[in-house]
Order: sequence, then C-alpha cells, then structure tokens
Amino acid sequence: MSHAKSHTALIWKVFGFLSLITIVEVFLGISKPKSLHLTPFLGTSLLNWIFLILTLVKAYGIAWYFMHLKDEKTGLRRAIVWTVMFLIIYLVFFLLFEGGALNDILNEWTRWTYS
Amino acid sequence: MEAIVAESPKGGAWSGGGNQPFGSSYGKMMMWFFIMSDALTFLGFLGAYGLIRFKFIDSWPIADEVFTHIPFVHGDYPMYYVAFMTFVLIFSSVTMVLAVDAGKHMKQGKVILYMGLTIVGGLIFLGSQAWEWKTFIHGSYGAVALNDGKIVQFVDASGKQVTLESFKSDAPSERIRQTKSNGIWFQSEASLPSVTLKQVKEGFAKHPEISMRTELIDMDVKEKTILSRDEANELLTRATHVVEGANLKENEYGKTLFADFFFFITGFHGFHVFSGIMINVIIFFNVIIGTYQRRGHYEMVEKVGLYWHFVDLVWVFVFTFFYLI
Repeated sequence: MSHAKSHTALIWKVFGFLSLITIVEVFLGISKPKSLHLTPFLGTSLLNWIFLILTLVKAYGIAWYFMHLKDEKTGLRRAIVWTVMFLIIYLVFFLLFEGGALNDILNEWTRWTYS
Repeated sequence: MEAIVAESPKGGAWSGGGNQPFGSSYGKMMMWFFIMSDALTFLGFLGAYGLIRFKFIDSWPIADEVFTHIPFVHGDYPMYYVAFMTFVLIFSSVTMVLAVDAGKHMKQGKVILYMGLTIVGGLIFLGSQAWEWKTFIHGSYGAVALNDGKIVQFVDASGKQVTLESFKSDAPSERIRQTKSNGIWFQSEASLPSVTLKQVKEGFAKHPEISMRTELIDMDVKEKTILSRDEANELLTRATHVVEGANLKENEYGKTLFADFFFFITGFHGFHVFSGIMINVIIFFNVIIGTYQRRGHYEMVEKVGLYWHFVDLVWVFVFTFFYLI
C-alpha cells in the first residue's frame, strides 16, 4: 500500500506471459511430439518435465505478481514460500517414491494379466 | 458493522500496540497463513493422486481420450475446452489484481467494474466445470466391465474408439428399470445402460472389423493395447455388464480411482471457486455502498484478491496433473 504507482502495464504483461505459457502447454499437450513424449527422463517423460517446469513458472508469475509476493518484505515472502516448498518437495518425494514401489511390488496382482 | 481488524491496522488485533510484523496487517497475514494450509490440503490430494497414478502407471486412463468434448460441437477435441477454462480463470485473476490496483488509488468506480468482471469470470468457470462434470458422468463411448472390474473398450480397424451403439445387435432388452412404483419393496435403481451386454456380444460377433482395447498401456508408444479378435472373444466371455459414463463406483474410461480423484479434486477446487465468488460478491457490495471508501483503504479487496489468486494457482496445478501429464 505504500506505493502509489499503478501497476496496470505490468499486470497486462504478466497476463500475456501466462497466456503464452498456457498456449504452449496446450499445443504440446495436443500434439504430443514423439521425441519428447516417448523419451524417458528421470522417472517420467521429457514432455512431462516440460509441463512441470512451465507450471512452476506459471505459479511463480501468479504468486509474485498477482499475489504481489514481490512487494512483500523478504521475511514474510520466505516464511510463506520456503515453508510450502519444503513441505511440497518432502511429501511429493515420498508419495511418488512409494507409488513407484507399490507398482513394483503389487504389479503382479494389479496389472493387466490376461494377455 | 465496524470491522475490528482492518479498521485499525495499527494495534488492536496484534495486541502489542503499533506492531506490524513484516509490515503486514493482521488480516493479510492470516489470509496468507490460511492459504498456506489450504495449499497443503491440495498438496495432500494431488500427492495422493500421484501415488495412485504411479501405482497403476501401466494402466491409468489417458486424459486426452477422456476429456474430448466441446459444448455444441461434435467430434474429438482434446484439451481445448479445459484450456478455455484455464484462460477464464487467469483472466478473472487479472481483473481481480486490477481491482486491487484501482483500490490502492481509491478509484471506487474501477474497483466495482473489475470486481464485477472477476465475479462473472468465476461464474463462467463454475458453469464450465459443471458442464465438464456432466459430460464425464454421461460418458462418450460406453465400455464393458469384466468379472474382476477391469474395463474393455471397443475400437474400429484404425484403432479409433467406437460407441457401443454403433455396432450393437437389435436383441430385445432383457429387463426394465426397477422403479419405486412397480417394486414390491421401496427400492429403485439407477437408470439402465442404453445398451445391453447381449447386444454388445451379438454385435461384436457380427462385426469382424471391431476389436477390443484394454486398459494396459503399451509403454513403447504410450497407447492402450489393442487385442486380436481371438483374445477379445475370450475376454468377452468374462464380461459382466455394460458401463456408460463415470461415477464413484465405475468408470467407462478405465480405473474407477481416476473418476474418484477427478470428482474429488476438481470438486474441492470448484467448491473453492464457489466460496471465492461468494466472498467476492459480499466485498463487491461493500465496495458499492462505499464501505472502503469511507474506511480510507481497500485492503479488504486485496485480501479476497489473495484468496482468488490462490484458487487460480491451484487450478494451474490441477490442469497440469489431470489434463497434461
């Protein structure tokens, strides 16, 4: 609330950026280029990694500019972002790891066994 | 109706007098902490989705083949509609942040305009989601369930999925729907599938060009496995009933868990959108009657804005994990 400067131009710029990312995502999602879709990389396909990174960039755009985390004091920003990021990475790592393990262990009983 | 907190950003709620930790008012900081805890709730849901998906990595439904509809248009258009929904939500986020920006300059008229647009965007999104649910519940092609709950679908010679309707025989239906009025006990049942298993079996025998597709994903091409006629005929002897559409117990697109997670996560998100609209409407009217103009600042708009952006933020992730990956 301290600054009286209007951010309108910046807001539209961020909107254009987020739209562009969404368009790229949808384009890749529909065309699914074989070179990306069928290339495994660190546990999933290259295409999925691209989606993941684009999503994080989008999330950054929303949090930093729309929720104006950028203008908050560093302490508050870190209290929010670092805490959540740590817990997300922590839980996702274990859950996905566990999911993969379940697949390895139970595959014999859960997979399609007829053919 | 004097609000205790925002009315006196210095002192009061923080109880220590003029303290404002991190230069943030009590209300705004609490909104942030609420958002954090809500983010962790969604993390739990999406994380569980990830776990189950990795567990069934070789037989999970392919989203492109599930969400292929656009209102008023026939045909196969994966992703376009949900992309539209994403744009609507991002755009309503933009109008929200414009409203906050206008509020900082005490431009009441502009705040009203932009908040109004935000509410309209939210309503469009919610309506789109309702339509998406309706389409998903209704189903598109129909499938057959085997005696262990697995789903088989039918494809033509080119590997494209076909509806049960397109090849079924004309065998008369074996039974009629049980309703309360003709039962001897007060029980009724859900509507029967439009095609019977017998019609599917006879139709399948009559149409040699039709084949069967299983849930198993061929990892080399990342497509569902198509069976030979012999294998298909053998599987058809294990068939128990026809499945049309999706609900919490059955899903013509494959794993029931996929439908469960879809309903649960998009439903939970949709409920957030709904409550966001409600909160926005309340603040919208407060802006119109000039509450914040008199108060001297529009921080309340900023706080509901935070919540609204958060809803958008969650959708970005739901979109990625349900529709893209």
